Amino acid sequence: MATAVVVDHGERENYLNAGYGLKSWLLTRDHKRIALLYLLSITFFFFVGGFFALLIRLELLTPAGDLVQSDTYNKLFTMHGMSMIFFFLIPGVPAVLGNFLIPIMIGAKDLAFPRLNLLSWYLFIVGGLFMVYTIMAGGVDTGWTFYTPLSTEFAKTNVVTAALGVFIAGFASILTGLNFIVTIHRMRAPGMTWNRLPLFVWSHYATSIIQVLGTPVVAITIVLVALERLFHLGVFNPALGGDPLLFQHLFWFYSHPAVYIMILPGMGIVSEIVCCFSRKRIFGYKAMALAVLGIAVIGFLVWAHHMFVAGISLYAALIFSLLTYFVAVPSAVKVFNWTATMYKGSITYQTPMLYAFGFIGLFTIGGLTGLFLGSLGIDVHVTDTYFVVAHFHYVMVGGMVVAYLGGMHFWWPKITGRMYPESWGKLAALIVFIGFNLTFFPQFILGYMGMPRRYHAYPPEFQILNILSTAGATILAVGYLLPMVYFLWSLRYGEIAPANPWNAAGLEWQVPSPPPTSNFDETPVVTWEAYNYDELGEIPTKQEVPVAH
Amino acid sequence: MPFWPDSASTTAGQVDALYIFMVLVSAIMTVLIFATLIFFAIKFRKRRGKEAEQIEGSTVLEITWSVIPFAVFLAFFVWGAVIYFQERTPPQDATEVYTVAKQWMWKFEHASGQREINELHVPVGRDVKLIMTSQDVIHSFYVPAFRIKQDVLPGRYTTFWFHATKPGTYHLFCAEYCGTQHSGMIGWIVVMEPRDYEAWMTGGGGNQPLAVTGQQLFSQFGCITCHRSDTQGRGPNLVGVYNKPVLLEDGRTVNADDNYIRESILDPGAKIVRGFKPIMPTFQGQITDEQLNALVAYVKSLTQSQAGQTPKAAGMGTATP
Repeated sequence: MATAVVVDHGERENYLNAGYGLKSWLLTRDHKRIALLYLLSITFFFFVGGFFALLIRLELLTPAGDLVQSDTYNKLFTMHGMSMIFFFLIPGVPAVLGNFLIPIMIGAKDLAFPRLNLLSWYLFIVGGLFMVYTIMAGGVDTGWTFYTPLSTEFAKTNVVTAALGVFIAGFASILTGLNFIVTIHRMRAPGMTWNRLPLFVWSHYATSIIQVLGTPVVAITIVLVALERLFHLGVFNPALGGDPLLFQHLFWFYSHPAVYIMILPGMGIVSEIVCCFSRKRIFGYKAMALAVLGIAVIGFLVWAHHMFVAGISLYAALIFSLLTYFVAVPSAVKVFNWTATMYKGSITYQTPMLYAFGFIGLFTIGGLTGLFLGSLGIDVHVTDTYFVVAHFHYVMVGGMVVAYLGGMHFWWPKITGRMYPESWGKLAALIVFIGFNLTFFPQFILGYMGMPRRYHAYPPEFQILNILSTAGATILAVGYLLPMVYFLWSLRYGEIAPANPWNAAGLEWQVPSPPPTSNFDETPVVTWEAYNYDELGEIPTKQEVPVAH
Repeated sequence: MPFWPDSASTTAGQVDALYIFMVLVSAIMTVLIFATLIFFAIKFRKRRGKEAEQIEGSTVLEITWSVIPFAVFLAFFVWGAVIYFQERTPPQDATEVYTVAKQWMWKFEHASGQREINELHVPVGRDVKLIMTSQDVIHSFYVPAFRIKQDVLPGRYTTFWFHATKPGTYHLFCAEYCGTQHSGMIGWIVVMEPRDYEAWMTGGGGNQPLAVTGQQLFSQFGCITCHRSDTQGRGPNLVGVYNKPVLLEDGRTVNADDNYIRESILDPGAKIVRGFKPIMPTFQGQITDEQLNALVAYVKSLTQSQAGQTPKAAGMGTATP
C-alpha cells in the first residue's frame, strides 16, 4: 500500500488539537487521549518506583545498613515493587499502546466502551492516589507480596491504604481487559479476520483474558487481608484457626498469571518491530498466536512454583514443577520464531529494532533462568535469594521495559506526529542494555552464593558484586532519563512525521500522524494479510522520508 | 572458590551438579541463539538490490523446536525432582533438634536439653533433622552451604534435614521477609567433629533432656489424668503412637506425626480418635512453643519398651543412629 502523504501538519484536525482545555482531556472518550492520560500517570509511577530503586542500590553499596534505617529500607523495597508492578507494568503497555493502537489496528473508531475506558483511568488514578497517600503517610513495609500473618497481624505500617490502592487499580485492569476482548471480537473492520490480526492485537487479547479472569482473585484476597487486619477474622491467622498458606495460594493464583499480563503485550510489540525492520511477515503466524494463548492458559496452572519451600506437600510441588516446564515451551517457540523471521530479511537497525534485539536476548536469559527456578532441587537453594530478583528483573525490565521503550519509539511518530532524534535513541538503547546487564547479572551470582533478598545489611563477602550492581543501576538510570529528555524535546523540535515513516504494515500506519479523532474517514475494508511486506517493499532511508512543513 | 558458596552437606554436591548442568545447557542455548541473531543481523542486513524473502513458516520446525526443548526441560524436571524428594524425606534415625523462630532470632533445643540461640552445633557425618515452628510470622531457615531452605510457619511444624560433610562454620540466614530485623535474623551452623561435638554437648552441663522436661509438663498440665498407659483412660493411650496410623472418628486414618501431636494439643477437636469422646480441652494460648516441643518430644519417646519409665537422655533414646 502507498506510504506517506505530504500533509500540512499545522492546520489538519487531529486528536491532539481537537479541543483544548482540561475538560476536553479529563472528560474525553477518545481512546487516544486516554492512552496519553495513562502515559503520564504510569510514567510518574515509573519514576517513583525508580527513585526507590536507586535508594535501595545506594544502601546496598556497603554491607552495613548505614544509609537508611531498617524500617525505611523495608518500605523502600516494598513500595518499589508495588509502584512498579501495580502502577507501571500491569497497566503499562495495554493502557498506553494498547489503548492507542488496538482500535486503529482493527479498523475501528474507538474501543467498544469508550466511557468505560475513561472510568478505567479514573479508577487507576484513585488507586494511585491511595498509593501516594500511603507513601506520604509513612509507607508500607510488608513486601509487595503482603504475606500473612506479617501483613495482617504484625506490620505497623499503612497496609490497608496500600491494599486499597492495589484493589482499586485492579478494577482498571479488569475493565481494560473487558473492553479489549469485546472490541477485538466485535469491532474488527470488514476483512479483518482473526487470521489477519496483527500479533500485537493477539497478545493483548490473551493478556485481557488473564486480566479479566485473574485480577478478581487478588482483589478478593486483598479485601480479606484488609478485613483480617481490621477485624481479626482468622482467615489467615493460625492462632485463630486460619491458614497462612491459604493467602499464598490465593495471592499467587493471580500474581503468577500477572507476570504474563506484564510480558505478553511486550511480546506483541516485538513481533511488530521485528517484522517491520526485517521487512518480512512473521515466521509462523499461527504458532505465534497459539503461543500467546498457550502462555495465558498454562500460566494459570503454575502458581505454586512460588511456594516450593512454603510448606506445600511434596506431591503438589512435583506437579507444579512439571507444569512450569510446560509454560516455558511457548515462550521458547516465540524466541525461535522471531529469530527465524530475520532469516532472509532486509534488516535495518533503527532504535526500535535495537530494543527488539535487546528484548530477545534478555528475555532469553530471563526465561532460561526461570527454568532453573522451576527445577525443585535448584529452587530450594535459590528461592528467596537474589537469583529470583535477577530472574524477574531480566524478564520484566530486560524484557518488558525494553519492549515498552521499543514500542514507544516505534509508534512515537504516530502518537505525536514527530520523529524522535535517531542517534540519541540508539545511544540511549545502548546505555540501557549495558546498564541493565551490569545491574542484574551479578545478582544471579549473588543469589547462588546465598545472599537472601530483601536484606538491608549483608555479610561482607557479597559486597563486590553489590557494588557492580549499583554501578549498573546508575548507568541504567541515565539510559532511562535520556528518552524522557529527547521525547519531550521532539514534541517541539522533532522532525515532523509522515503517516508511515517506517513504511510499516498495519492499519495504524494508513492514518495520518497524529490520527484524527475518529481514526478513519471511512471504515477500511481489509483485503490483505497481516505483515504484507512483500507488497510494501523497503524501509525508507532518511532521504526518502517525505517531510512535511 | 570465589563467587561460589561453601559445600558442606551431601545435598550441596547434588544441587551443584544439577546447577552446572543447567548452566552449561543454558549457556549453549544462549550462545546458539545470540550467534544466530548476530549472524542473521549481519548477513541479512539491508543491501541494495536484495529484497526480503517472505517465508510463511514451517510446521516441522515448530514441532522440532517445541519437542526438543521440552525434552530438555523434562530432564531438568526429573533431576530436580529426585533431589527434592530426597530433601523432603528425612531419614528415620536422624538426630532431632527443635527450632523455634521468632522475630528476630533462632532458638534451638537439642534433645539433650541443650539450648542455643542463633547458633546451632551439629556433628559432621550424621543425619540431623530440625523440627521447626514460628512464634509469630513466617520465617525461612536457610543454610547456603547445605543448599537447603525451608519456610518456618506459625501454627505448625515444618522439617528440614541435612547430613553435614565438612566441619566448619556456615551462614544461617532467615530467607522469608519477616519485618524490621529480617536481615539481622542470621546466625551460624557449627559443624563439629564427633569428638568435639560430644565434648560440647556434655560441656553445657546440667541440661535436662527435652523429653524429661516434656514428661514433667505432661503431669503439670494434667495430660496424664486422661492419657494413661492402659486402656482405662478417657483419652487414647499415647505409648507407641508416634508415626503410626490413627483411625479417626470420621473414618479417616492419619499418621500421628509431629504436626498431629502438636495439633492435638492446640486444637483437640480437629481430629477425634475413634472410640473417644471430644472432651479434651485446648491448650492454645496457655502453652509456649518451647513447652509444646518438649511435650511432643516426650510423646515421641514413649515406645512400648519404655512404657512407665523415665525417658532416656539424648543419645540413648530411639532417635539416635
